[in-house]
Amino acid sequence: MNPVLAPIAPASAVPGISEAAFALCLVLLLLAPLAIAGVALINTGLGRSRSAAQALLGNLAIVAVAAIVFAIIGATFTGLADGASHTFNLAGKPWNWLGAGPWLLGGLSSRGAQSQLALLFEFLAVVLAALVPWGSGADRLRLTAGCAVAAVLAAIVFPLVAHWVWAGGWLAHLGVNFSLGSGFLDPGGAACIQVLGGLSALAVVWIAGPRKGKFPKEGFSTALPGHNAVYILFGCLLALVGWLAFNVAGAVVWLHAPLSALVGTALGTLLAASGALASTFTVTRIRFGKPDASLCANGWLAGLVASNGCAALVTPVQALFIGVIAGIATPLLVEVLELAVSIDDPSGAISVHATGGLLGLVGAGIFSARDGQLVAQLVGIATLFGVILPLVYLSFWVLNRLVPFRVDPDGERIGMDLHELGGGAYPEFVIHRDESYR
Amino acid sequence: MKYAGLLVLPAGFFLSIAAVVLFTAPGPRAAFVLCGLAVEGLGLVVAVRGHMEARGEDN
Repeated sequence: MNPVLAPIAPASAVPGISEAAFALCLVLLLLAPLAIAGVALINTGLGRSRSAAQALLGNLAIVAVAAIVFAIIGATFTGLADGASHTFNLAGKPWNWLGAGPWLLGGLSSRGAQSQLALLFEFLAVVLAALVPWGSGADRLRLTAGCAVAAVLAAIVFPLVAHWVWAGGWLAHLGVNFSLGSGFLDPGGAACIQVLGGLSALAVVWIAGPRKGKFPKEGFSTALPGHNAVYILFGCLLALVGWLAFNVAGAVVWLHAPLSALVGTALGTLLAASGALASTFTVTRIRFGKPDASLCANGWLAGLVASNGCAALVTPVQALFIGVIAGIATPLLVEVLELAVSIDDPSGAISVHATGGLLGLVGAGIFSARDGQLVAQLVGIATLFGVILPLVYLSFWVLNRLVPFRVDPDGERIGMDLHELGGGAYPEFVIHRDESYR
Repeated sequence: MKYAGLLVLPAGFFLSIAAVVLFTAPGPRAAFVLCGLAVEGLGLVVAVRGHMEARGEDN
């Protein structure tokens, strides 16, 4: 276990950061958008070819909307670990529930280096979290609806979670106030990015409904495989770089880990993903006779997601074990959600991001040597399901009344590209088809 | 039914928070936090069942 963890004192100032650590962290955070690029490619590849341009444009638009809304509104409510906040007292303890940072990123240049890095991390985190539900709504979620979902996440939901976990909120102070280990720990964003994204994906899928023809009245569900395995698998490789950056930078920014602890974090990330891929490969080989490319990609991503919660907190071998579990659970859960529960999730975001994130958070608690750390992690998970999921569903339900999520049946029939953009991602397909009719 | 399930989720959360506030001994605290999570699991199952029933009606 990383030996540097200590309970975060409620009024403690954010510790200083060395120039070397600042430079390293900044470089890592500049590489973190590769995770966003990877997820965008995976989202696009897992959708259908007639919606590919809309899917990739949607990813770009969501990045833009989430960043703008977070700058205008979200960053204020996220607050700073050593800044002002809204607090109430219950049972003799302070409960810090909402940040009160400066509006419109005011005073950015006068903040300490650590706070500036934390802000940049949060920007990248909210963008990545907002991309997750877009993949689940593929082939039927309108572009404006995807942007509206991103805006709600960046303005309301992400700031709440990020403040509670990263900016000195009540979950971070469970260790100080209730002797629960070091409080709820989420160094790479397993809760703030992944589980939040996965639960948002569940809410989007519930509200938008399945793709047309996915679940016929009789018989099994229809397989609607992704249109480009190369996008999906290359996206996984890009995601590895981004995830390494997120986890190592997160260890510095949120845990104040020394430079000597960072190689272990990077190895943990790589091993978690590798273990997950190996186990998914094996499971799909046993289940279907041959390894399934898109499920293997989902397994790899689930391992990376699990590493968000645990890579900075456990040994690399323990991270490998957690990755193996994530890799076994993911393909099985994808199958259960589709066949048994009738949830149409084209990108597998619920299985990958929500479940992988949960496994990482629980694994960090199980392998921790600190008393009460597992309970702190479980309280954090209970918060995500007990507060955040209903809040997300309610927000999206209201949003769906204002900006209908689902495209009309004609749009779904001709494809999102033609319906929303007026042109396809692969126009030569049409030329080829026309020639073949001659 | 989906909404009933979603209403059960906060109940599990409050059970977990009550456990943290009311108990100081690690055993009962952990047990009640797990009970809170179990209640949330129940709520999630009910919500999922509601989703499945709604799908049947749609078809």
